[in-house]
Amino acid sequence: MAEKTSIPKTNAEKTENEKTKIVMKDGRFFENRELSWILFDHRILGEARDRTNPLFERLKFLSITASNLDEFFMVRVASIKDMVNAGYTKKDIAGMTPKAQLSAISKAIHELVELQYSTWGRSLNPQLLKDGLHVVAHHEELSKEEGAFVDQYFRENVYPVLTPMAVDSSRPFPLIRNKTLNIGAMVQKKKKNDELEFVTVQVPGVLNRIVELPAMPGEKKRVILLEEIIERNMQQLFLNYTIVCAHPFRIMRNADLTIEEDEAEDLLKEIEKQIKKRQWGECIRLEVEKGMDKRLLSILKKELSIEDGYLYEIDGPLDLTVLMKLYGLDGFDDLKAPKYVPKMVPELPPGCDVFEQIRKGDVLMQHPYQSFEPVVDFIRQAAVDPKVLAIKQTLYRVSGNSPIIAALAQAAENGKQVTVLVELKARFDEENNIVWAKKLEKAGCHVIYGLLGLKTHSKITLVVRREENGIKRYVHLGTGNYNDATAKLYTDVGLLTCSERVGEDATAVFNMLSGYSEPLFWNKLTLAPLWLKDKFLYLIQRETRYALEGRRARIVAKMNSLCDPDVIVALYEASAAGVKIDLIVRGICCLRVGIPGVSENITVRSIVGNFLEHARIFYFENDENPEVYCSSADWMPRNLERRVEILFPIDEPGLKEELKHVLDVQLADTVKASILKADGTYEKVDGRGKKAILAQDVFCREAAKKVKAAKAREQGQKRTFTPKTAQ
Amino acid sequence: MSLKTFAAISVGSFELTMKIFEFSGRNTIREIDCLSQNLDLGSETYATGTLSKEKIDELCRTLVDFKEVMKSYRVDAFRAYGTSALRETKNTLIVLDQIAQRTGIEVKILSNSEQRFLDYKSVASKGESFRKIIEEKTAIVDISNGSIQLSLFENDALMSTQNLRLGVLRLQEMLAHLNAGRERMEALVDEYAEAQLAPYKKLYLKDREIRNIIIVDDYISPWAIRRAGNDAGKSTIELEDFESLMDLLHNGGTMGAAKALGIAEEKVPLVMISAVLAKRIAKVMGATKVWAPGVTLCDGMAYEYAEEIKMFRGEHDFERDIIACAGGVSKRYMGSRKRAETLEYLATTIFDSMKKIHGLGKRERLFLQIAALLHDCGKYVSLVDIGERSYEIIMATEIIGLSHAEREIVASVVRYNHSDFTYYGYNESRGADFSGRESYLIIAKLTAILRLANSLDRSHKQKLRGMKAQLLENELYLTIDTQEDISLEKGFFDVSAEFFREVFSVDPILKTKKNF
Repeated sequence: MAEKTSIPKTNAEKTENEKTKIVMKDGRFFENRELSWILFDHRILGEARDRTNPLFERLKFLSITASNLDEFFMVRVASIKDMVNAGYTKKDIAGMTPKAQLSAISKAIHELVELQYSTWGRSLNPQLLKDGLHVVAHHEELSKEEGAFVDQYFRENVYPVLTPMAVDSSRPFPLIRNKTLNIGAMVQKKKKNDELEFVTVQVPGVLNRIVELPAMPGEKKRVILLEEIIERNMQQLFLNYTIVCAHPFRIMRNADLTIEEDEAEDLLKEIEKQIKKRQWGECIRLEVEKGMDKRLLSILKKELSIEDGYLYEIDGPLDLTVLMKLYGLDGFDDLKAPKYVPKMVPELPPGCDVFEQIRKGDVLMQHPYQSFEPVVDFIRQAAVDPKVLAIKQTLYRVSGNSPIIAALAQAAENGKQVTVLVELKARFDEENNIVWAKKLEKAGCHVIYGLLGLKTHSKITLVVRREENGIKRYVHLGTGNYNDATAKLYTDVGLLTCSERVGEDATAVFNMLSGYSEPLFWNKLTLAPLWLKDKFLYLIQRETRYALEGRRARIVAKMNSLCDPDVIVALYEASAAGVKIDLIVRGICCLRVGIPGVSENITVRSIVGNFLEHARIFYFENDENPEVYCSSADWMPRNLERRVEILFPIDEPGLKEELKHVLDVQLADTVKASILKADGTYEKVDGRGKKAILAQDVFCREAAKKVKAAKAREQGQKRTFTPKTAQ
Repeated sequence: MSLKTFAAISVGSFELTMKIFEFSGRNTIREIDCLSQNLDLGSETYATGTLSKEKIDELCRTLVDFKEVMKSYRVDAFRAYGTSALRETKNTLIVLDQIAQRTGIEVKILSNSEQRFLDYKSVASKGESFRKIIEEKTAIVDISNGSIQLSLFENDALMSTQNLRLGVLRLQEMLAHLNAGRERMEALVDEYAEAQLAPYKKLYLKDREIRNIIIVDDYISPWAIRRAGNDAGKSTIELEDFESLMDLLHNGGTMGAAKALGIAEEKVPLVMISAVLAKRIAKVMGATKVWAPGVTLCDGMAYEYAEEIKMFRGEHDFERDIIACAGGVSKRYMGSRKRAETLEYLATTIFDSMKKIHGLGKRERLFLQIAALLHDCGKYVSLVDIGERSYEIIMATEIIGLSHAEREIVASVVRYNHSDFTYYGYNESRGADFSGRESYLIIAKLTAILRLANSLDRSHKQKLRGMKAQLLENELYLTIDTQEDISLEKGFFDVSAEFFREVFSVDPILKTKKNF
């Protein structure tokens, strides 16, 4: 299908005419990426507020908004704060200085937090109570018996792991660890009218934050949060003192991990060092219980150098990620969405010879609608297959007890050459990754740690087999990580192929990742950071050209984030030329729609559903000769310029159709899709008078249908007629 | 199906490369893997004549990695060849020994002519595209880091081949101390190249207009192939295309150029030098079209090995090229073509009839042919000392496709055709000329044959119309067809026969065919 991949025009080859088109790069035409991200968190919050969702699913969504916000603070807010501190005043694509961004972000997040807690306080918590789950908000509400129960719990389980800390002239203000929940208190020595002293104690992360109480009549479950129990028992920690006041607080520190790779002799050691250092970053958020004692608050603000904009007074439990724990409580299955079990991939039924099946034709898998097990099987079978010579894989984020890691280790023990690229820099997963890396090395795998300065985000596995007709390569390419746990939650696309040309490219990818030179040319794959952006621009510009020539042109692209200015400008130019562009962007979108003469032909929608939309699929009409690609990369500068990413084409016509169908169904979603409007806000699709289409449900049903059809086919093949024989 | 996996390692001046190939019974050679690492040995060798410990360490480390990869493919055989950077290192043997000790890989140093021949073989392996292009006057311009090789084709045969010390890395090293800016550097490279090419034009090109250039290099070719949409068959460059390459090199500094060309930054100046060289050569030759098939030494190694194990048979007749090339040398030193052809005929006829006895093969027959063609090239220098002078000329002339040791065999055979034969171990100082016992025996046998053939045309008048050779037990009957007086020949024949007898224990007997 694809015309020969030729190298896109480079800047040097661009015509003058093309260079002048950058007027599209006007600040007014772009949304600030941080504000756009906050809108995304709002959309998730929208799911928590959506009464049509089961109650416990709503809890989960609220919890997600909280954990998202934590990461946003540690990474994004932190880095903008760094810019402000460094006196950096360069404006972003939307024309905002770092300072202006910080103040806009602060305002927007305060609003978001307000909404989070009103959702909790006014909607979810009362509903939980109605449905039999009582979360006791304050220890003061406990009955006498319950008080005795929690005090005993405190003495037996909590007290031994607490480390109370006091501040006085001989003891400096203690290090408050990042993201931990703490209880700060003002205390006074008994029998003396002495000055108030500040003390603090960390709510131990090793204990479950939710403590079940004996249930009361009419309730299914009654729980209290650990910090309330500690607060109640503060006196036990400071025996000779009177507790004047005690309140929970939580801080967030700058955590953006920047590693000076040129200086770091051993990347592994450097990362270990950085992880330890992370707790010491500058404080960028202080959350305190609403109504906190003013004296206590002022000490915290002073000692943690917190300005007003970074203080959040919370009306409810701090750190709502605890709601995920609530979600996990037994006994409320009727308030949760039915658990979806990923369906079998018909081409790769359990127990089949994966390699034989792949030889029959490329296999496209859609997770989590379809099981991730074939991918694990692919590696498992490779590990024990005597014909397999080598297995090479990139690992970005792996699950605990990953079966893939186990299979790779086994393969190495079986004498296969196993090369694993473990990306240590996967954010917040560094510690986890180091453990796997060491384990694999021990098993005899050749573990490489990626290229200096570039994160390896691509998801690719290569299995080299020596078959009768010579070396044959089997390749898995995906849009999601090799993580069997997240593969049940994230929507991703994977391709298994033994195409010779893809195989050659895959070999070259691993050679490159091992530090060897890039190949003379690529057959099928396109890699970031060197070629991918140019390729995308080429594909978009080709549609522009076709539109101008009156030929068929259209772009449908699905991704997680869109914020690369060059890509956006190219899309504006395409839109201006008349190309119809439909974008499905889950998260950040810096492109604005509906700008006259610029983006009138572009629609943007975001789908937030039970599964996390994660696949990147790109469709280009190409004058009635459509090309469909999948990728590990978003249209973000960090993906296109600072990471190793892969774009791979889907060549088989049937599979191309399948992906086009995926895009079409998502474009038709009337339930979970929000549409970006010209004013920069998102609005749910107006479903009135339309058939309710929930794309994720459609895919679940289709996956089941495929299995059924395959079974029916199998039955049909098995059917035999037994001829009557002569008696 | 019979399958063989082969690894070709080339220790180049700028890069260390390993390619893994798979040969299957269908005359198919398939490249499975290619690993290449920038390892700038050339800069050190060309500047200091030695290799630092660090470079050797890095070289060994990578070779050990290569071994692992070979192991993973379970390769049946491998070869490792070193080119100019290793060749020109003062302590080559010591370096090679270190590599062998530390990695277990024996690297063989290729002579320039062997290296070019392999490059040439890989170009020729492109089959149809190659055959078509050499129908017109064509030159292969093989640009490497240490030198460039210019080979001219006419009527689909090789006419001449010449090495010039205009290697990319060498030029960079040579001009580095001038501290010239980028544009000035381009002008300097061009000026230097033009000066070096002037005598070449005078000697080899004369008024010939070369239509096409086939370029073999590591710098322009990748660009040309990418431009052609990854199709090596279509990777032709018109002269004006060089301008767009130059534009790419000029725009956006080294980083921008590296990105636009998809190469490492340190390669950018080398691409520039290659481009300037190629452009200048095209201009000097008057060529308008440049084809970059994108072949490398490793490809040539694969073809060589596949031919050896009889899993590949190329269409192109390389022996013809080698002979044509020797013919070109003979012509340059004013040898008589007719005389050379007669001698070649006589010598090969004797050679062929002695097959059962001499134990030599096709390759040795080729040496004999070349020796016959160049048998008196020393006359160009002196009529007195023809043997010695011929030996010197041959040793100083590259014959594409012959290794240094092979060239020495040819040169020695020519020498002893004229001078007394020196026995192995007999004279210490001369004995060292022989690279080994095997070469010595080949030289002795070929000398005996050439001397005998030479005696049969002693008068240089090509009196023979034909000759039949027949080996019967211990006697070789040479029946010649002539109507002229061959007293002179007979006299010399008896003298030559003595050495022949000594070498083969066969009596050569001269008979004249009866013409009734």
